[in-house]
Amino acid sequence: MIQLSGITRIFHMGDQAIHALDHIDLTIESGEYVSIMGPSGSGKSTLLNVIGLLDRPDSGHYLLDGRNVTDLSETEQAQVRREKIGFVFQSFHLIPRLTAAENIELPLILTGMPPADRKIRIMETLQAFNLSDRAHHRPAELSGGQRQRVAIARATILRPTALLADEPTGNLDHRIGSEVAALLEALNQTGTTLIVVTHDRELGSRARRRIAMRDGQIDVDER
Amino acid sequence: MKLRDLLHFSLRTITSYPARSFLIMLAMALGVAAVIILTALGDGARQYVVNEFSSIGTNLIIVLPGRAETAGSFPGAVMGQTPRDLTLEDAHWVGRLPQVRRYAPLNVGVAELSATGKLREVTLMGTTAEIFPIRHMKLAQGRFLSHSGENSAQIVLGAKIAQEFFPDGNALGQRVRLGDRRFLVTGIMAVQGESMGFNSDELVIIPIQHAQTLLNTTSLFRLLIETRHHNEIENAKEAIHQALIRRHDGEDDVTVIAHDAVLATFDRILRALTLGVAGIAVISLAVAGILVMNVMLVSVSQRTAEIGLLKAIGTPASAIRHIFLAEAVWLSVTGAFAGFVLGQAGSWLLRLAYPLLPAWPPLWANFAGIAVAVLAGVLAGLLPAIRAAKLDPVMALSKR
Repeated sequence: MIQLSGITRIFHMGDQAIHALDHIDLTIESGEYVSIMGPSGSGKSTLLNVIGLLDRPDSGHYLLDGRNVTDLSETEQAQVRREKIGFVFQSFHLIPRLTAAENIELPLILTGMPPADRKIRIMETLQAFNLSDRAHHRPAELSGGQRQRVAIARATILRPTALLADEPTGNLDHRIGSEVAALLEALNQTGTTLIVVTHDRELGSRARRRIAMRDGQIDVDER
Repeated sequence: MKLRDLLHFSLRTITSYPARSFLIMLAMALGVAAVIILTALGDGARQYVVNEFSSIGTNLIIVLPGRAETAGSFPGAVMGQTPRDLTLEDAHWVGRLPQVRRYAPLNVGVAELSATGKLREVTLMGTTAEIFPIRHMKLAQGRFLSHSGENSAQIVLGAKIAQEFFPDGNALGQRVRLGDRRFLVTGIMAVQGESMGFNSDELVIIPIQHAQTLLNTTSLFRLLIETRHHNEIENAKEAIHQALIRRHDGEDDVTVIAHDAVLATFDRILRALTLGVAGIAVISLAVAGILVMNVMLVSVSQRTAEIGLLKAIGTPASAIRHIFLAEAVWLSVTGAFAGFVLGQAGSWLLRLAYPLLPAWPPLWANFAGIAVAVLAGVLAGLLPAIRAAKLDPVMALSKR
C-alpha cells in the first residue's frame, strides 16, 4: 500500500521555484490499477519518481506497506527499490551489450542469487514472456515490442509489489502498444499494483482508477 | 553483488569495447615493459662491470704512487710524478708482510717491437710471474715468466701480437726485438679481449727489471697485492699503507685502494642509475594511469543512462563504484600482465643481441612494474567510480 501525505517537490530554475509536486495526498491500495495523466510539466513523472524512491520529496511523508521510507538512507532506499518496485520506461533502458537473458538476470545478480538458481528463474521468465527464442539476442536485434517485454520481465522477475510504468507504450506503434498494455494488465491481475504515467488518453482510460494532474496538484481522481 | 558476478559483469563491458580496451592495455603494457626492460639493461650493465672486476680477484689491493688528496700541492703531481717513487724495493718490502699472499709490481709503457722484418708499437707490461694468478690470466702456448729466470730476457706475447708477427703460429722460441733489446718468446697469451680498459691481446709482458731499464725508470706504475683472506682486506690495506709510510720516512705519498671499494662504488653508481632509469619508466605508468582515468570518465558519461537504470533496479551506490573500479582493475591487471610478458621478451632479445650483457630484469623490478601499474589503474578508476555512484538517478535516466 502506498500512502503519500503532504508530498512537495520543488525544482529551482534560476531564481524561480517550480512546485513540481504541491502538497500531494494520495493513497493507492495494493493491487490497484492507476493511470496518471496530465500535460507536460504537470508533475506526473515526478510523482512516479517519488513513489519509486528515485527522487526525494522536499517535504511530506511517504509510507510504503506501512513503513516510512522518506528518510531512509540511499542504500536502504536501493534495497526497497530492489525488493518492492519495478520500473518500466518509455525507452526500455536495456543495456545494449548484454543479451535479453542477461538483461533480465541483472536484478537476480544484485540479490546475490547463485548462478544455477538464476538460470532456472530466467528460463521460467523467458517462457512466461514468450521470449525463449530471443534469449541470446542483444537489444539491437529485437523489435520494440520484444524490447519492452524484456524490460517488463526484468522489472517483475523479483515479483515487486508495485510496477511503475512511465509512458510504457510511447515508443511503440498502436498494435504493439496495446499488447504491452495487456501484458501489464495481466501482471496486475496477479496482484501487482500497476501505476501507469501516460499522455495517451486511450491507454489512460483502460485503468480502473484515473488520476489527472495539473501544476503539481491532483486535479481529477476518478474510479 | 557477488565478486564473481562483479568481475564477470565488468569483463563483459571491457570486451564490448575491444579497440578502446586494447589501447588502454597497450599503454599499461608498454609502461610495465619499459620498467622491466630498462631495469634489465641497467642491472645487466651493473653485473657486467661487477663481473669484470671480480675476474681480477676480489681480495686485491692496489697501491699507486702519489696521494690522491694532495694531488695539487706539488708541481710534479699533475704529471703523475711524486717526490718519492714507489720502487721495486718497496714492493719486495710490502711482499714480506704476513697478510700478503702474492704481489706483483707493474710498469707499463710503449716500445717498438720488431721481428721477422715487421715492426709496430706495442704496450709493454713489466711485471713478475705472480701477476699470472693474481689477474687470472690464461696462456695459449708455452709458459709464463718463470720465477727462477726473472732476470732472463723472456717475453710473453698477446694473442693478437703473436698472430701478427708469426702468422704460422711458430712464435715460441723465436727471438724478437723490443726497444733496443732482444727477447726470447716463451709464451703466448690466450685470447681474452678487453678487460678493464686493457686489451691484453695487444700486450707484451716482460720481466720487470727489463721493463724498468727499457723505460728508464725506477718508479712503479702500480703494485698489485692479493691478500690471504677476503675478510682481512681492510686490515691488510692499513698494514701496507703504514709499512710504506715508514719506508718513506713518515711521508704519506702513496694511495692504497682496496679493489673491493672500487667494486662497491661501481656497484652503487650503477644501482642508482638503474633506479633512476626505472623511475623514468614509472612516469610512463603514471601517464597510462591518467589515460585509464580519462577513458573511464568518458565511459561514465557515455553510460549515464545505464547507471540510472542500475540505480532504478536497486543497485546500491557501493556496487556501482565496485563495477567501475573492477573495470579499471581488469584493464590495469591484464595490461600489467601483458607488459610483464613483453618486458621478459624484450630482455630476452637484449641478451640475444648482446650476449656479454646479463640483461635479466631484477625480481624487484618485475614486482614493482606490475604493482605500480595496478595501483595506478585502481587510483585512476577511483574518481570515475565515485562520480558514477553519485549520479542522480532521475537525471541519469532522462539521458539517452
